[in-house]
Amino acid sequence: MTATGVGSTEPARSAGTGFAGAGARTRATLRQELIGLGGIVERNIYLTKRYLLWDLAFMVWTIANTLTIVFIARAVNVPPAQENELATKLLVGAVIWAFLGIIFEFVTETVAWERWEGTIEYTFMAPLSRPTHLFGMGAYAVLYGLIRATILFFAVAAFIGIHIPNANFGAALALLGIASFSFIGIGMMTSVLPLISPEKGAQLGFVAQGMMLVVSGVYYPVSVMPGWMQAIAKISPATYALRGDRASIVDGAGLAWADVWPLLVIAVVAIPVGLAIFRAGERYAKKHGKLKRSG
Amino acid sequence: MSTLVAPNSPGLSVRRDVPAVEVKGLRKEFRRRDKRAGRFARRRMPALADVTFTIERGECVAILGQNGSGKSTLVRLLSTLLINDGGEARIFGHDAFRESRAIRKLVNRVSVEASFFKKMSASENLSYAARFYGMPPSQTRRAIPEILEKVGFPADRRTEAMENLSRGMQQKVALARALLTSPVLLLLDEPTTGLDPRSKLEVQEFIKDVRVTHDATILLCTHDMAEAESLADRVGLLDRGELLFLEPVEDVKARYGVDTLEQAFFAATGRAFEEEANEDDEYREVFG
Repeated sequence: MTATGVGSTEPARSAGTGFAGAGARTRATLRQELIGLGGIVERNIYLTKRYLLWDLAFMVWTIANTLTIVFIARAVNVPPAQENELATKLLVGAVIWAFLGIIFEFVTETVAWERWEGTIEYTFMAPLSRPTHLFGMGAYAVLYGLIRATILFFAVAAFIGIHIPNANFGAALALLGIASFSFIGIGMMTSVLPLISPEKGAQLGFVAQGMMLVVSGVYYPVSVMPGWMQAIAKISPATYALRGDRASIVDGAGLAWADVWPLLVIAVVAIPVGLAIFRAGERYAKKHGKLKRSG
Repeated sequence: MSTLVAPNSPGLSVRRDVPAVEVKGLRKEFRRRDKRAGRFARRRMPALADVTFTIERGECVAILGQNGSGKSTLVRLLSTLLINDGGEARIFGHDAFRESRAIRKLVNRVSVEASFFKKMSASENLSYAARFYGMPPSQTRRAIPEILEKVGFPADRRTEAMENLSRGMQQKVALARALLTSPVLLLLDEPTTGLDPRSKLEVQEFIKDVRVTHDATILLCTHDMAEAESLADRVGLLDRGELLFLEPVEDVKARYGVDTLEQAFFAATGRAFEEEANEDDEYREVFG
């Protein structure tokens, strides 16, 4: 076998032989995957720039929507201190809903978006591993979602006049960061839906997002739900993200291991399962000719 | 093209002792609704039926066929976007269905649709596409303007959104995207369909230029017989999923005792090339 370069332009890169060669190949592959991951983030930055006005409008809508929820605290006849605490808890719920919504939208629409733009075939025939592809989408979603969540939180808190002198924002952000891994893992599972059903898949992803938040106590304690819903809440990462972030913002609590370890366990399970489901969905789409643009 | 930079392709090797493309008994079927047989009934419809051919390294082969003949199905199978139902396909010795990662490093494609993020510019689209092939910004900063210049794309429009470019311009960017990664196998799926005559000629000239200056093997799927005749070393005819022949144009004409490829198509199929596609052909066109 004779090795030659890709195209006519360069000789093949000799990766060496033996253990040293294997190490060099691993490093080169890793480098290529990191460049690919950077490409996904880069593309999303370009798109955010191009759709900036749309993003601005969406931000205004999200702030208005969050205000409609947080104003409920003003309507409840309780002492001011309790009203402030209720408003803060509702705000944390709304912000996490918005954050989770962004992650699900980005990861779930990995397929739907590219199908609509017509680039899906080029992305899926590129030599980029699927985990890198999906993590790239997830990484940008977390970055973008955190920026939006921060703006949303402070804009609404300022508008309503919430007092949170003890808030531990560092711990709240760190917990959200840890929770992101589980959210991405679950997002990977739902991102397969548009691959299998081009017409209805994206909507089913939103259904999954809604179901997760309903059982996680987004605006109420988990304890008010029926027993079977409380059981499901135990395996939802949003439950621990909401509980921990509320404790950090309202009471100034630090990172609690009781919230961190379930998130880590869910991430360790959800990511490989999400990848496996996506791979199976991709195989199905390739078998049945569904990996195509829609327009 | 000699100034183009190849992508980082760790461990990638291209064998010289094997054909560029080796397809044996390749089969692909799709299931479609059969309303006559019942509400939920489906029937299998062959998109490719036992297709066998070989393309040597450096060759340019054109596959002719009407809409729904299976051309795009063939291109999608070779570019790892479909999984076969039978037979095999090897690209430079790599199994197209079991070694898809290796294949993806060797192959790139230009299809009839431009397929870009419409709000992004030509440079941005090429830039992120190149990252998928391991090309870092330090490489693409130089390579993208070079390849765009090579395909005749005006420098002052590099930052303009793709949605503002003509079809011809978009197709030049599509060619640039395919060549930026220096593929050893270039799959061209109706690259000039829908282009105005001038753009069509420019794209065809560029393909000829690629053949001279680039060590790429080309599989061109088209329904333009003149294009096939002018660009390809050998011409094949795919009709309703079956490859009827694949040989030099003169041999095709001699085989059927005719003067043109249109006449050869009629002699081989009993139909005129322009004849409208039937319902099954249209289904193959949509799903293949």
